[in-house]
Amino acid sequence: MNSLDLARWQFAITTVYHFLFVPITIGMAFLVAGLHTAWYRTAKLKYLRATKFFGKLFLINFAIGVVTGIVQEFQFGMNWSSYSRFVGDIFGAPLAIEGLLAFFLESTFLGLWIFGWDRLPKKLHLATIWIAATGTLLSAYFILAANAWMQHPVGYIYNEVKNRAELVDFKAVLTQNTAVATFFHTIPSAAFTGAAFMAGISAWLIIKKKDIEMARGTLKLGLITMLVSIVFVSVSGDITARIMTEQQPMKMAAAEALYDTTESAPFSLLTIGTLDGSRSVFQIDIPSALSFMSTGNFNGVVEGVNDLEAKYDQEFGPGDYTPNIPLAYWSFRLMIGFGFLGSLFALLALWQMRRGGTPHGRWFAPAMISLPFIPLLANSFGWIFTETARQPWAVFGLIKTEDGISQVVSAGAVLFTMIVFTLLYGILAFIEVGLILRVIEIGPTEELDYEDPELGGSDQQKLVMSY
Amino acid sequence: MTYQSTWFLLIAVLWIGYFILEGFDFGVGILLPFVSKNEADRRAVLTTLGPVWDGNEVWLLVAGGATFAAFPEWYATLFSGFYLPLFLILVSLIVRGVAFEYRSKYGKAQWRQRWDVAIFISSLVPALLWGVAFANIVRGVPLERAASGSIEYTGGFFNLLNPYALLGGVVTLTVFITHGAVFLSLKTAGSIRDRAQVIVKLSGLVAAVATVSFLLWTNLSLPEIKPVVLALSVAVALFWVTGMAMNFIRREGWAFIFSALTILTFVTTLFTALYPRVMPSSLGAQFDLTITNASSTDYTLKVMTFVAVVMTPIVLVYQGWTYWVFRKRVSASQIVNPERGVLDQVSHSLHQ
Repeated sequence: MNSLDLARWQFAITTVYHFLFVPITIGMAFLVAGLHTAWYRTAKLKYLRATKFFGKLFLINFAIGVVTGIVQEFQFGMNWSSYSRFVGDIFGAPLAIEGLLAFFLESTFLGLWIFGWDRLPKKLHLATIWIAATGTLLSAYFILAANAWMQHPVGYIYNEVKNRAELVDFKAVLTQNTAVATFFHTIPSAAFTGAAFMAGISAWLIIKKKDIEMARGTLKLGLITMLVSIVFVSVSGDITARIMTEQQPMKMAAAEALYDTTESAPFSLLTIGTLDGSRSVFQIDIPSALSFMSTGNFNGVVEGVNDLEAKYDQEFGPGDYTPNIPLAYWSFRLMIGFGFLGSLFALLALWQMRRGGTPHGRWFAPAMISLPFIPLLANSFGWIFTETARQPWAVFGLIKTEDGISQVVSAGAVLFTMIVFTLLYGILAFIEVGLILRVIEIGPTEELDYEDPELGGSDQQKLVMSY
Repeated sequence: MTYQSTWFLLIAVLWIGYFILEGFDFGVGILLPFVSKNEADRRAVLTTLGPVWDGNEVWLLVAGGATFAAFPEWYATLFSGFYLPLFLILVSLIVRGVAFEYRSKYGKAQWRQRWDVAIFISSLVPALLWGVAFANIVRGVPLERAASGSIEYTGGFFNLLNPYALLGGVVTLTVFITHGAVFLSLKTAGSIRDRAQVIVKLSGLVAAVATVSFLLWTNLSLPEIKPVVLALSVAVALFWVTGMAMNFIRREGWAFIFSALTILTFVTTLFTALYPRVMPSSLGAQFDLTITNASSTDYTLKVMTFVAVVMTPIVLVYQGWTYWVFRKRVSASQIVNPERGVLDQVSHSLHQ
């Protein structure tokens, strides 16, 4: 492997790993804030137990999300310095603003939430978790706007002398339809992910007969949140697909392994292509569905890979403009498939819970234990799809990935750091899962309504929260 | 003032904020094994950082992001050039953050000992390497114009380990240790506080010698003596001596203010020595990265200035408020059941 492949693998590993934790954080932040609010409003101790129990799980997860996020910001400069020089004028701004606007909010107010139980007035303490949750949304918006610019660059001019893209309209970068659609696709997915995490763990508590009073409520909250958010995920996914067909037709063609431009194009459920990937041999299709998905019209014309390749050869000069088609095809289907599988489990469990019933059956335990992992797979495949099917471009039409790597960093250095990151991340995942299992094993603990700052004051007061 | 100078100043401010805040974090992490005699002590020491360490680290993320946005050429050359030191810093920051969050969650002695070792090493490595990195930037490193037209670092890893840079590393290491000890003497009560005050006296002396030698060397190696740099260097020394004196008479608040002022002035000295360069080349001034040839367009800088001017005061207010909320001293006697894991803390589980 050369340094390009290694740098790409490193980016893939560190980014996919980081994004396991991000959506859980976003989704759980709001769910925990909701539970905390329920306790604040009703003073029922089951809500306090739920807040504390899921708060612990949330924080164990958040820690790894934070530290792996630092790598994200540094590696553009470390492994992709030519990319950074080319896009810095535009791409750097949302990153910097994300830090200033969002990271400070998240970190500071989570610190206040964790350690503020006996230090802040109740209402203010409740506000801290909501502010931290809002911080996660802001963070998502700016980083998704930066990514959307890579998918569909707007608001820039190309400076030939400096060989870089330069910003001329920041509002266009922040408000273009790609950014907005991606945001409304990613955030409900994060809600879906956090909710599946909560539902899976609540179901496990029920199976183990721990604090069923609390776990029933949080299971229901998780399942309903999943079903509501999947509706938004589907609608925004549909809109995203149409925007993608218009802006990056090659990506849609790759997702469908559609080799030739077709009117009333079918959506393929299964394709077997020739080894060189130039045409398909066998397909199972849903008639006209692809045309509808990508254009909103059953008779719409969808451009095929071969025609697009020829068109791009004309436009950008001879080259290979076709992404890895089997990867695009399968990652697209696995994204959708896992999303539906998770929703199916949620629907089934919720159906059995109607009129006070408890979910049962041999499917329940394995389905619920796998529930937290299903959205993680869907998210990962979604990003793998959208990033790899943009190839060979780093920024569509502007700079190729191969032109983005650092010129002074050797393949050996990239390999070395990749191995260390992978091992370190592996160990952290192992430790994290161990701690989560431990929290579940102990179960929700009895909580007293001690949150009263009037009690505080003397230096000798016992600390509710300590490290 | 041009937008470029403004952003040079703002990035200096971000690094100052970072080094003052995470500086004491690093110091406390390094001192953890030395100021604590038992588990309750260790828990109390870590609790002083608990609510604030993550917010402190965000200063680094914003400094990095701002450099990317305002001076992409600086960001690209620096991060790809100082590859291995930055990688070591990254690994340390990853381990360190997780160590803070996980260490006390579980009560087993071996688990905690391992995280304590991790906290010590992962605090020490960045405390040293930031100094090495900044000293190299000030000193100038081999930068050349590559075929592509960009200015690239061509020095390799061992080039960065020159005596001047290593001395710079000793400066940040010893200053952060002292700053951390001052912080602990301000934020803890009882025996931890006493031990921290003794450490301030010892490490403060070492830091003084290292810092003065480093600043002397810096002034002498500038192309010409800059009076401002010289004056700032003297101010660094004066602030440090005042801080140590305040520690001696047990005025911990003042001692902390002065050690923070020392860091502020020290970083200011380095940035003043650099200005208007951001990364001078040791191979000739034609390869210097400056605020002009490394910067983004005025439009980008204008947008960013607007955001920074609006947001920075707000951030300072709420971050400052956090320190106010957690202003009380932490003592070992306040830690409930120090040997037990935080996860197992509350009386008993609910089984039905």
